[in-house]
Parts: sequence; structure tokens; C-alpha cells
Amino acid sequence: MFKTFIFGIVLGAALTIAGVMFVPVVDQARENSVVVVATNGGSSETFQINIPTDRIVVGAAGDTPKLPPDLEWPDELSSASAEMYKLRNVHNAVIGVASRVVVADAEQGDVVEWVLHMPARGSLFVGMDINNVVNGVRSGTLHRGTREFSRIRGVFSERWVASDGEDDLNRGRIELKSLFTSVAEL
Amino acid sequence: MKYAIALILGMLAGAIVTAAVLVYNPFAGNRELTPLSVSDQTLMQLNYSRVADRSIAYTNDGESSTKPFPAKVLQLWEAPVRRTDAMITMLSDSRGYPVGFGIKYMSDSEQTNILNGEALIDSVWHIVLPGRGTLFVEQTENHWDFLRNVVLPSYTSSADSWKGTWSGNLTAGPGALGTAMVTGGSGEFADRSAEAVESVSAKAYSTRVGPVSVDGQIMIEMDVIEEQAFAADSDGA
Repeated sequence: MFKTFIFGIVLGAALTIAGVMFVPVVDQARENSVVVVATNGGSSETFQINIPTDRIVVGAAGDTPKLPPDLEWPDELSSASAEMYKLRNVHNAVIGVASRVVVADAEQGDVVEWVLHMPARGSLFVGMDINNVVNGVRSGTLHRGTREFSRIRGVFSERWVASDGEDDLNRGRIELKSLFTSVAEL
Repeated sequence: MKYAIALILGMLAGAIVTAAVLVYNPFAGNRELTPLSVSDQTLMQLNYSRVADRSIAYTNDGESSTKPFPAKVLQLWEAPVRRTDAMITMLSDSRGYPVGFGIKYMSDSEQTNILNGEALIDSVWHIVLPGRGTLFVEQTENHWDFLRNVVLPSYTSSADSWKGTWSGNLTAGPGALGTAMVTGGSGEFADRSAEAVESVSAKAYSTRVGPVSVDGQIMIEMDVIEEQAFAADSDGA
């Protein structure tokens, strides 16, 4: 019986090690990436944010309505505002979170920046050109991508698409469109 | 029958001993020293609180011990974001003076490997310093030491909490020397890159509410900020 007990110890240790080796501790849920080939090379992916249902946080100084309503935006940040959203693909499935920061700066120029974070894929850090707005579309540049996006560079655009209906729960959406080229292609 | 009981007891003992060895393996976890801690360059230090209700806003799936703040903030309950925490918090300098704010996203990493003592989190910071500029920090954090020295003792404590003093580095990559990669966005940081390390100092933790007194520090090596590699790549192309 003692030999059986010793054998059990070895077996238990082996099974535990096998378990931590082969059973994934973290398995992030994924949605299919909806990527299309761009006309002149590279790839394009469009993200969207439904307003107001995808708004997580709206923080700004003064009388700007906050979200959630009891959020306290510090007085020291009166020149900046931040919004955080759930991020969706074109099939309207949530794939991550995103934030948009606006900083008013008379000396260095105003700043509009996005960070898109997709847990299973990586993150994108995008700077928008404050003066480059054509037909309601503001353009920007990818400053940095992480993990899946670490070897790409490209441009970005944002635009507001109003909803056809008059539903308060569906006023429209923010559309973010990327056009990426891999660094290796340059 | 007695052989079956002996086998089961043996397996349980083997599993417990193996788990204990894995958890208390002295060779697992983060290095105590990082390249930045012995650097003679100027470091920019940004401090923040990791306690949810001391942030501007904090959200997650709503089911973990750290509760979203403010209470009515939208939670991340959809499957692709369920293992992600998002935070907006004030950042202060080394003297405690508020200098800006940061937005941090933290997602459990699929590279987590218990056998190697790696409880990994993929995280990014969007740091906004009004009047100076913006920075983006990407890093892989290893929370193994924090879990082993702070969280686990709180669960084994009869008071369901831990009190003490623990400090450690969280950053474990993606830099070759275990540093975080920093990309400048605008202002004085525009088109530049640097390295950083994030660490925490813990004094109290509760199983019910998560961090009670835990402060975070981000150290950014400022003097070696240099032109981004991408700029050089495109010039060459």
C-alpha cells in the first residue's frame, strides 16, 4: 500500500505539471478580424463605436455632461478631456475598448489622440491631425502598434455617422477606418 | 479499496507539493533590478494609486474583487473584453504634484505560464501631460511576485486581508532587458521613443475589495529619448 501511495504522489505531481503545461490559463475570446485588401496595397479595417450605448466614460471640465454622472473630473485637467468607449467591428460585435483624448494647448497646438485596445490582438496609438478635416473626416497617423500591430504603419480616419432614426439609444456612430501597410513592405 | 484510497491520497499529496513548489519557487518571478534602477540618466517619475476608488474611473467585468468606480460606470461584460480592466487616473510627479492623467488598459495575457512563474498582463498606458505632451507605454507585466507576496497571503489570512510592505517591479517586457517601450505622441515627446519600468508599493490588500493601499510608479528614462526607429526606416526606404 505504501508503494501505491508513493506512486500516487508521483502521478499527482506529473498530472499537475502536465495540467499547467497544456491547459491554457488564459484564452481570450476572439471575434473574426474583418480586414479588407486596400486598392493600392495594404489592408484596411473599420471599427465603430455606437453612441451613446458604447460610451463608458466622458470626462471633461466645466459644464460638460459627465458619464457616469457622478464622475469627478479634476480641476487640474481643465485643458483636457477624455472619453472611453467599447470598440466594435463592422459586424457590430464588441472587440475591445478605445479612448479618445483631446488636449487644448495654445503653445504646442491642440491634440486629438486615440488608443484602441483589443485584448486578443494588441493596441493602436493614433494621433489625429487637428487641421486635416475634409468632408467631416479627420485623418491621422498610426504612431505605434503593439503585438499583432507591432510591424505595421499606416493612416487612420475618424468620422461621425448620424443615425437615420430619432432613437435616443442610437444617435449614430463614430467610424474609425485604418489603412495599414506592414513595415516589411516599405 | 485501501489501495485506491492510498493512490488518491498520494495523488492529492503530490499535487499539493507540486503546487507549493511552483508557487514558492525562489527562481520564479521578476528581477528585482531593472536597467533603469541603475541608470545614471534623468528619470521622469509618475505616481498614481492602484486603488480603484482613488482613480477618476475604473471598470472591468464587475465580478472581480476590484469593483468598478464610479459604481454606475459601464462594465466590460462582453466575452472579448471580459478579462480586461480599464482605468483613468491622475498622475503626479515625484513631489506629489499632479501633472496629468493616464489611461491604462490591462488584459490577461495568453502567454501566462505558471510553470515559469509568469502571471502576465498585456497593458498599455496613454499618458497625457497637459503643457508637455503625450506618451504611449506598452508593456508586459508579470504579477507573479505580487500575487505570491500580497494576494495569496490575503486569501490564507483569517482576516481575508494582507498588511505589510512590499515593493516590486511589474514590467517584464517587451524590451530585451525587461523594460516597457515608450512612444511619444505630441508636444515635447513627439516622434520619440524611450524605455520605462512600472513598479508598485503595496501596504494593504483585501480579498473583498482588492487593493486597499497600493501605489504605482512609472519611471521613464528621459535622457535617452531618441528618434523612433520607424523614422529611420522610412528614410532608408
